[in-house]
Amino acid sequence: MIHTENLTKSFGDQVAVDRLNLDIAEGEVFGFLGPNGAGKTTTIRMLTCLIAPTSGRARVLNYEVGRDDEQIRRNVGILTETPGMYDRLSAYRNLSIFARLYEVEQVDYQVEKYLKLLGLWERRDDAVGEFSKGMRQKLAIGRALLHEPQVLFLDEPTAALDPEASRLVHDFVAELKGRGRTIFLCTHNLDEADRLCDRVAVFKTHLRVLDTPGRLRQQVYGRQVAFHLGGPAELFLSQVKSLPFVDQAEAKDAKLIVTLDDPESRNPDIVRALVGAGADIQFVGELRYSLEDVYLQLMKEDAPAAG
Amino acid sequence: MDKITTIVSKEWAEVFKNKLVLFSVLFLPIILAIIPLGMLIAFDRIEGFETEMNDPDMMRLVGQMCVGLSPTDCTLVYTLNLFVLMFMILPVAIPVTIAAYSIVGEKTTRSLEPLLATPITTVELLVAKIIAAVVPAIIATWLAFGIFLAGAWLLAPPAVFAVFFDALWLLAILVVAPLLTVLATCVAVIVSSRVSDPRVAEQLSAVVILPLILLIVGQSVGLVLIDRQLMIVLGLIVLVLDIILVYLAIRLFQRETILTRWK
Ligand SMILES: Nc1ncnc2c1ncn2[C@@H]1O[C@H](COP(=O)(O)OP(=O)(O)OP(=O)(O)O)[C@@H](O)[C@H]1O
Ligand SMILES: [Mg+2]
Repeated sequence: MIHTENLTKSFGDQVAVDRLNLDIAEGEVFGFLGPNGAGKTTTIRMLTCLIAPTSGRARVLNYEVGRDDEQIRRNVGILTETPGMYDRLSAYRNLSIFARLYEVEQVDYQVEKYLKLLGLWERRDDAVGEFSKGMRQKLAIGRALLHEPQVLFLDEPTAALDPEASRLVHDFVAELKGRGRTIFLCTHNLDEADRLCDRVAVFKTHLRVLDTPGRLRQQVYGRQVAFHLGGPAELFLSQVKSLPFVDQAEAKDAKLIVTLDDPESRNPDIVRALVGAGADIQFVGELRYSLEDVYLQLMKEDAPAAG
Repeated sequence: MDKITTIVSKEWAEVFKNKLVLFSVLFLPIILAIIPLGMLIAFDRIEGFETEMNDPDMMRLVGQMCVGLSPTDCTLVYTLNLFVLMFMILPVAIPVTIAAYSIVGEKTTRSLEPLLATPITTVELLVAKIIAAVVPAIIATWLAFGIFLAGAWLLAPPAVFAVFFDALWLLAILVVAPLLTVLATCVAVIVSSRVSDPRVAEQLSAVVILPLILLIVGQSVGLVLIDRQLMIVLGLIVLVLDIILVYLAIRLFQRETILTRWK
């Protein structure tokens, strides 16, 4: 659905996106993460044919960026970083203008459908200038969907939203995924990426890593198991470290945290060893790192190289 | 075509909700139509102004304009002529205001990016913006001149009326004024891409009025007389400028330029 080859964009001397290679499948929700100024918006703008790549190629829906721009624009939806509505016009008018520009056949039907879905139908005749930030954002999401695009680019869709509205957007994205749409999601909300995305890329001018959220966790932290003991874990640390299959172990108060390749088969051995050494095991559990931990860790590793 | 109408009607819906724009589109034409009519009424009542026309230089200059007119009528024609020239300000002032608000406004609300993401071509978008500014300006100019003509027909002596219902003025209002509107709109589009305040865009673009003012002043001090030939030359100059400016505006109106260089 989306395919890039060494996609690059420079503004003067400054490289904003450097040789990006992506391959995003149909129906995939793809998370694009990165710090401010990483080049996420620039990437979206290239893929939606708003700005031209400096070099490299990209294909969206099998159309070539730079050659089939009009076809691409017709078939993708974009939620821009700032909603950009016509403040003096009503919500209804704002959407119907875009429905016409996207050559939607049943303008009124589509506008009504999305205003209702987003809970804005009652306010349809109010000028958008009177809307709250979140309402504008929702309206902008509706605007991106009016023409039922196959591929959807969302640039920080929940940045201005309260938890309830964010949930609505998340459900929306999940539903669109269910209908086979491909979604390219830029976000700073890592919890959101974790929950919604099939794969995530961490990007800062270059592509840093790209994998499923689960595998990223493992890649950065390995798999860690915590053994909660009845007393100080320190006493048993050397015992556990001496086991041949243990890569790393550390003691934190009553917790013994062990990094393992294969906890399923090794945990019983460790339990046996600990019990043999006289430890009281209260419970055993795998540590779950959030995607945020993974992200921050990656950015930390990145810092010395960049500075 | 459908996209152009969509944008044009959107522009009108938006821009005419702005009181400042509405003021310049409605108020200016009304004032310009009413002042010369007021003068016609006043002239009817005042006596003894023929004396002004005794200046021989002046007589020579206005001579061709006044062929077959009494000195009184001639003074009337001469004075009204200056006011009618002011009608030519409308085709500049009105579109400049509309274009400045429609483009700078869209820049500041950041609505250009979603707009440019739709399948509309940049030429369609530019044409729509130009139509949105040009059409109301032409209508307002014609209406104002129409009101003036109707008043002159009612109030002025037939010989005076005939001077205004004449090829010179019809050429000016029907042909040169629309050409001037396009010129002013293109200047406003180009200026608007560089500034972030619609008032600044409006004032900078209104510089286009200056040559017109010079003409008006020139005629009022007796330096030039606007006759048919001069009007045709003016029309041709404006036409050439139109072609150049439309070309420049299209060059400037590219997606990437709008998004990355228009601040
Ligand atoms: N029009 C432009 N002219 C010059 N430089 C630009 C332009 N647009 C973006 N850049 C630069 O490109 C880099 C990437 O910007 P971009 O907006 O893509 O970042 P981002 O990842 O979307 O950041 P954020 O999370 O803050 O939205 C930045 O260093 C920015 O300064
Ligand atoms: Mg961004």
